[in-house]
Amino acid sequence: MNPRRLQLGFIVAAAGMLCALVLPLSSEAVATLSARPILVALTLAAALLFAAAAWTGGSRAIALGVLGVLCGAATTLVLLRDPGIGGSAAAGFWAMVLAVWLGAGLCVVELASQRPRGDGARRALNLAVPLLFGAVVFYLWEVLVRGFGVPPVLMPSPSAAAIRFASSLPILGQDFVQTFVRGVLIGYVIGCGAGLLVAIVAQRFSFLGRGLLPLGNFFSALPLVGVAPIMVMWFGFDWPSKAAVVALVTFFPMLVNALAGLSASGHMERDLMRSYGADHRQTLMKLDLPAALPFIFNALKINATLALIGAIVAEFFGTPTQGIGFRISTEAGRMAIDMVWAEIALAAIAGMAFYGLVALAERATTFWHPSYRT
Amino acid sequence: MTSSALALPGAGTLRRRPLVERYAPIVTIVLALIAIWYIAAALMNLSLVRGGFEREEAPYTVSELIAGTMTAERPLLPAPHQVIAAFVDSVFGYAPTAPRSLVYHSIVTLSATLLGFALGALLGTGLALMIVHSRALEKSLLPWIICSQMVPILALAPIFIVVLGAVGLQGLLPKSIISAYLCFFPITIGMVKGFTAPDPMQLDLMRTWSATPRQVLAKLRWPAAVPYLFASLKVAITISLIGAIVAELPTGAEAGIGARLLAGSYYGQTIQIWAALLASAILASGLIGLVDLTERGVARQMGARP
Amino acid sequence: MPQRLAVDVRNVSLTFETSDGKVDALSDVSLQIADGEFVSLIGPSGCGKTTMLRMIADLQQPTAGTLLVNGMSAEQARLERRYGYVFQAPALFPWRTIEKNLKLPLEVMGFTDSEQRQRAARYLALVNLTGFERKYPWQLSGGMQQRVSIARALSFDPALLLMDEPFGALDEIVRDHLNEQLLQLWDKTGKTVVFVTHSIPEAVFLSTKIVVMSPRPGRIIDVIDCNFPRDRTLEIRETPEFLRIAQRVRVGLRAGHSYDE
Repeated sequence: MNPRRLQLGFIVAAAGMLCALVLPLSSEAVATLSARPILVALTLAAALLFAAAAWTGGSRAIALGVLGVLCGAATTLVLLRDPGIGGSAAAGFWAMVLAVWLGAGLCVVELASQRPRGDGARRALNLAVPLLFGAVVFYLWEVLVRGFGVPPVLMPSPSAAAIRFASSLPILGQDFVQTFVRGVLIGYVIGCGAGLLVAIVAQRFSFLGRGLLPLGNFFSALPLVGVAPIMVMWFGFDWPSKAAVVALVTFFPMLVNALAGLSASGHMERDLMRSYGADHRQTLMKLDLPAALPFIFNALKINATLALIGAIVAEFFGTPTQGIGFRISTEAGRMAIDMVWAEIALAAIAGMAFYGLVALAERATTFWHPSYRT
Repeated sequence: MTSSALALPGAGTLRRRPLVERYAPIVTIVLALIAIWYIAAALMNLSLVRGGFEREEAPYTVSELIAGTMTAERPLLPAPHQVIAAFVDSVFGYAPTAPRSLVYHSIVTLSATLLGFALGALLGTGLALMIVHSRALEKSLLPWIICSQMVPILALAPIFIVVLGAVGLQGLLPKSIISAYLCFFPITIGMVKGFTAPDPMQLDLMRTWSATPRQVLAKLRWPAAVPYLFASLKVAITISLIGAIVAELPTGAEAGIGARLLAGSYYGQTIQIWAALLASAILASGLIGLVDLTERGVARQMGARP
Repeated sequence: MPQRLAVDVRNVSLTFETSDGKVDALSDVSLQIADGEFVSLIGPSGCGKTTMLRMIADLQQPTAGTLLVNGMSAEQARLERRYGYVFQAPALFPWRTIEKNLKLPLEVMGFTDSEQRQRAARYLALVNLTGFERKYPWQLSGGMQQRVSIARALSFDPALLLMDEPFGALDEIVRDHLNEQLLQLWDKTGKTVVFVTHSIPEAVFLSTKIVVMSPRPGRIIDVIDCNFPRDRTLEIRETPEFLRIAQRVRVGLRAGHSYDE
């Protein structure tokens, strides 16, 4: 980033922090900042750190800037605990928030333009930048919701949602088991397994393969979650109908990808197996299946997300008394939005963990593929 | 939502084969599937129909039993002709603005889909452009966008509707916002891949001509990104449709295909559900066909091999 | 005493239909190859040399004529694993280590585990690549990968070795080196080799017999016997005898219109 702009930015941030000492903190009558000694110290520290960052510039400014951001953020968060400020925050408070935002933004931009030498340093950087960015987003969310006094029915603050999450662990656990362990996992295994088996059979009989591939492509594009009510009719309200939806939804992407993968082996390799007098089963096990693994894992990753979506949406159509989708729709109807966010957080964590596990398995088994070596 | 980059393997050789050989497999399998459907319908509705006869204490022959399975009012699995009959009736039997017309519901869902799709496409492409030109954005935002692919965002649909409803926004707009939100992620990722697709050699060539970033964008990155654009558009439009349908579920909306599905499941109107599903399938294929047609037209303009 | 014929091709033709009409890939070709010979097939693209090799390997079937390998039909020879094939590219499986790649044919053919291990070690040593057992193909250079491919073709001890332009993708320096190695290998193992190439010096250097082919239709123009000493080195390429034979090959290629478009 342009060093002049970086300097200017940090100076403005420092000024913003100092503004809070003079401007009113709230539209209601509350103690000014100068009456809170610890917070004054933090504010001054933040301003000082920003100024120091402006003075040093370059990569050292990042460390100073981050420290300043931490001080400023802490100050604002502590201020929010004052009931007079939360909900009616005024210019002084917002000046601090803006200063923190500006400082954090400058740090992110400067951090992103670093080009470290070592592999480890580069990987650490690639992790640090999005994490810092994400932290800023959560901070702003928290501060904006509480500072403006947004009704929790509309949008709860992250801290409120986290508290609700922590206090509802038993319910969340139940929902997780119902939706994920019973609906998703079972359906995923059935759907992906069936897709792979049909693809293997279709590769053997090319007539079947030529007919199934376009059909598979066609069905993958349809809104298959819509069959949920039919599955409920056939399998009842409980998890088997959700597993059935998941199996259907994951079947077609696996079929299409596995078919493509099984015919991905080169002519030369196939001639090689022929020259060894290998029969169909030997060629399948030693050549076609290993060569198809990258495609199969592509489908497994896509299906990981599809399965979770399928199970949750299927639950919107009716489920006994537990399940992530069920909880979301009922709590949304009851306007208990923080519970909804807690469930969404659960679904997000489950989704990312599931995908991550599949990606790890992919790395372990397809390390040889060119895409890993670039 | 499928592996969007998947083209038919051997599609080129397929087109060179004679017509019969090309379509024989698909036609055979479709016919076989329909036959299986009929048999399954007969088997699954058997106990229902038999129970009906026994309750009336009427004697029945085997053929009457089979005929009964094909014409049951609330079958477990409707026969193909029942679905088609209900579909044709809902499409042509009512005026397009009547609440019982499938055309009416399809238009409701379709409008939300298209609006959401357009918004999502614009946003996604815009964001992709910004990411490609700003290293800071690329490093801070892109990982989150990739992460969001793993999260079942569709689960957010209910709260969106409820929250927006509380603020006073109802009907088309919240549904389109949900669809837009859903489809802008794959478009962003697809376009980022597309804009960064050019060969280093090609980029070096532009450098030797002292091209400005804007010229590189217009003359190299955009044309290189076109195939990726269309691949992600196809994925996005299917997601957008699903999003519009799911958005109709939580608050028991009254119009749209999702609403029809929900109503069918509440009142046990099996055939109605199947007819609605058929409508959504036709919508989905129609939309993808449109994108595909546009893609072929553009590809021909850009000199791609037929 | 007549030597046993390793390959006996009699009046073989291969014709196929394309959208542009009939193509005679091979037209009434006859060739006899005795045990222990090193025979090169040389000619431009389309002359049928690769087709001939693939027919010997039963990877393609002739439309007319007979073809015997080691006294039996080509299909029989394939099912009895009588030959090893080396392709233009190494065709190593990237998910297997070098050692496991060498064991691939042995696994298919049902050798025991200890036999597999012994043979893999022995043939890897034969191509001077001991120590690379646990590496993966992409960690080796092109020349090394091709050597592994040759070792793999030898690992089950076939009497016949079929090689389709094995060094075509490598640069000239590596190619020279591998030519010497192949010659030593042939001398040491006494196999029969049928070798397809584009390169005149390579053909003349390696072979006991050179078969010059030409296209449209695919046929044999000339068969040249070479009798260089078996312990020859690359310096022989400057000798007048060598150049004379190379010239004869070139004349044959021109006569077959190989240099016309």
